[in-house]
Amino acid sequence: MVEADRFHTARPKTWCPGCGNHQILEVLKETLARLDYHPHQVLLVSGIGQAAKTSQYIRTNTFNVLHGRTLPVATGAKLVNPRLKVLALGGDGDGYAEGGNHIIHAARRNVEVTYMIHNNQIYGLTKGQLSPTTDLGSPTTSYHTPSSTRPLNPLRFLLGIGASFVARGFAGSREQLGDILEKALKHRGFACIDILQPCVVFNRVNTSKWYRERVYDVNEEGHSPDDLAGAFRLAGEWGERIGTGIFYAEERETLNDALLGRDAPPLVERKPEPRDVAPLMKEYL
Amino acid sequence: MKQDYTFLIGGEAGQGLQTIGAVLAKALARQGLHIFAYQDYHSRVRGGHNFYQVRAASFPVGSHLDEVTMLVALDEETIKIHGHRVGEGGVVLYDSEEMPSQEGLANSLPVPLKELGKTYGGQGVMGNSAAAGAVWQLLGGEPAALDETLRDTFSGKGDKVAEANVKAARGGMEYAKKHFQSTCPCRLERLLSPPRMLLTGNDAVALGALAAGCQFIGAYPMSPASSVFTTMGRQVGRLPLVFEQAEDEISAIHMALGAAFAGVRSMVATSGGGFALMVEGLSLAGCSETPLVLFLGQRPGPATGLATRTEQGDLLFALHAGHGEFPRAVLAPGNAGEAFWLTVKAFNLAEKYQVPVFVLSDQYLADAAYTVEPFGLDRVLVDRGEILAEKEFGPGYRRHRLTESGISPRAFPGRGEGTVATSGNEHDEEGYPTEKADLRRKMTEKRLGKARFLAAAIAPPSFYGPQNPQKVLLTWGSGLGACREAAEHLNAGGEKVGVVHMTELWPFPAADVELALAGAEEVIAVEMNATGQLGRLLRQETGIKPKAAILKYDGRAMNGAYVVKELARGGVNPW
Repeated sequence: MVEADRFHTARPKTWCPGCGNHQILEVLKETLARLDYHPHQVLLVSGIGQAAKTSQYIRTNTFNVLHGRTLPVATGAKLVNPRLKVLALGGDGDGYAEGGNHIIHAARRNVEVTYMIHNNQIYGLTKGQLSPTTDLGSPTTSYHTPSSTRPLNPLRFLLGIGASFVARGFAGSREQLGDILEKALKHRGFACIDILQPCVVFNRVNTSKWYRERVYDVNEEGHSPDDLAGAFRLAGEWGERIGTGIFYAEERETLNDALLGRDAPPLVERKPEPRDVAPLMKEYL
Repeated sequence: MKQDYTFLIGGEAGQGLQTIGAVLAKALARQGLHIFAYQDYHSRVRGGHNFYQVRAASFPVGSHLDEVTMLVALDEETIKIHGHRVGEGGVVLYDSEEMPSQEGLANSLPVPLKELGKTYGGQGVMGNSAAAGAVWQLLGGEPAALDETLRDTFSGKGDKVAEANVKAARGGMEYAKKHFQSTCPCRLERLLSPPRMLLTGNDAVALGALAAGCQFIGAYPMSPASSVFTTMGRQVGRLPLVFEQAEDEISAIHMALGAAFAGVRSMVATSGGGFALMVEGLSLAGCSETPLVLFLGQRPGPATGLATRTEQGDLLFALHAGHGEFPRAVLAPGNAGEAFWLTVKAFNLAEKYQVPVFVLSDQYLADAAYTVEPFGLDRVLVDRGEILAEKEFGPGYRRHRLTESGISPRAFPGRGEGTVATSGNEHDEEGYPTEKADLRRKMTEKRLGKARFLAAAIAPPSFYGPQNPQKVLLTWGSGLGACREAAEHLNAGGEKVGVVHMTELWPFPAADVELALAGAEEVIAVEMNATGQLGRLLRQETGIKPKAAILKYDGRAMNGAYVVKELARGGVNPW
């Protein structure tokens, strides 16, 4: 796809061949191009982990931050420059472990940020340790015994904290992932996509084949994104069938709307100069 | 006539003693007196012994006195705790409905506050204004002057409430006039002074940040820092800025970094425990060369420590916090005036050198109210350092370009056709992660090299006192008031004591400090901590070892009398 070239960088990728990150990266470039974004209009805030390396392989503005801190950084940037298309991106460790608290509050604020969580249910960069989403009984390098702690259900978590857009994609379903991402990028509010992604080296349980045998599109089967109760029910599936698609979406006031007013001019466009605090000083006289 | 009066209003939290104190302080300031007012409170909403102490003088004051001229007791506890502090001829005014008769106390005036409040203002709670009225009467103040202050204080609650308070105060005046027969040693004499603001250290920091064009403040509430963001937050809509209360301090500092990266002046406000959470973000600011101002209002630690009390225990923490090596600046104002100007400076240093800059305060300075003439706003300069114009910002932009000065021109995402990249990973000139040894070395040298230029922007310490002093009290931040008071007292008695006050602590102005201390026979470090942190820093940076230290770490601020007393004892050696 020619337009996606505008996001091209020559940096050599350090992901394993067959890693789901390759597909997610391509979908991201294609979708941004399809929506006619240009690199300078986009800010990609990435965390730490294999997924977070994505920001090195795509030409956009980027702040590669500390582990788990993508959302606060994205929130600060969006508040002062709402003209930027702001994305936050990281893995399951970055989001659900180190950054868990920030997700809760980004959802509460409904900050207009598209949040991509590459969920491979294992720690790749640090070589195979337990993730908050590792299935019960899966082997990890953290312990000598298989995982004995119940994994987080990301979708129920995201629905529960009131995220205004909750979706699940699968790195292997490129077209569907592109559709989901497009809708997320168009969503006025906090849009979360949990993206199932095989890790070819460290996760020998949830392989590409394992996912392919289970994933289906909940929207194709009639689920409507305004059906919160239905979304909770479908989010409970994790076995024979695993739903993907848009589970929930609602329009509501964003953080920028609430704090600064809808369509307020971006703070970054205000001339940097000394401000007149004389009226305020009078209050102290 | 020399005037130097101290009013202490004591009671339980929730009794309104702060209102009485604030009204008196403001009314006295408007009479042309210099004010130093501070609060002593517990970490609770109701109950506990709290007090508000107002010092009003005919000369500039920057700390409190132990001796009280007029004690206003809203409960008996106040008399038990502070009764002995009432000086000769001093007056005790007490709420006769809250305690048994205190007839034994000399110069005491029982006032039925609730009754007066009810009779004149319509509500018992107006008794606070009645108390202010009684005090005003004893001082011989012009009734109309107090009326005006009360009207301003209560204007936010509507005319009706304001007028009821005025009436209650008048009731208090009448009562005192009728029932108090003795003379009060404090007679208010109006002074012809320029109009002065009465503002706390935190108010001054907020004003400074606003004047300097700060557009983002992120914070999680924590005493004694919170009033910085509440004061600034009230200006959202009037001035172009936004405040967001974060879920924790980790989030607060990262939001601030996101805002700064996007292109605005940005800050956080917290105390030690909150700053502990921010430390990783400080390191990210250092690595990504993102400008940031950190207001750190110290309180006693470790851990939760004493939540509402004061200490200067985090100087070395602020100086050393953050993993890895990167430059920073640490500024520590000594009073409200300095707090304003140093906050303005903090933003300029942060943006010009692309480093984190601390404004280090403490609970004493944060909450104490000082009289200050309105700041000359034409002297507020905004220097954002090197920023590319939108036209120059195109493809090929390198955020961390290696330059002679180590400072790479900034550009902001979306503000031109180019893209900006930065990272908390070691990065190349473009801002993308690198593992290359040579680049790592160059980037480290680039970042640390900025400290040289930063150091040149650091002002020398201030000196107060006689030429060639025999003793020098070396202090920093809020230690200024106590040290100056002590030196003046000692010098009046024929000694030669100077004060070297450091407000710009890092990069340490070693040559300037050596010069300031040259010739002094004795250097005594005066600090509100247990380990003599400035003394250590002095020795580390200059090799000079102070002869002794005067320290205080009970959570209560030192004053001039304390410094004099400890100096006579020879101080301590914490090193």
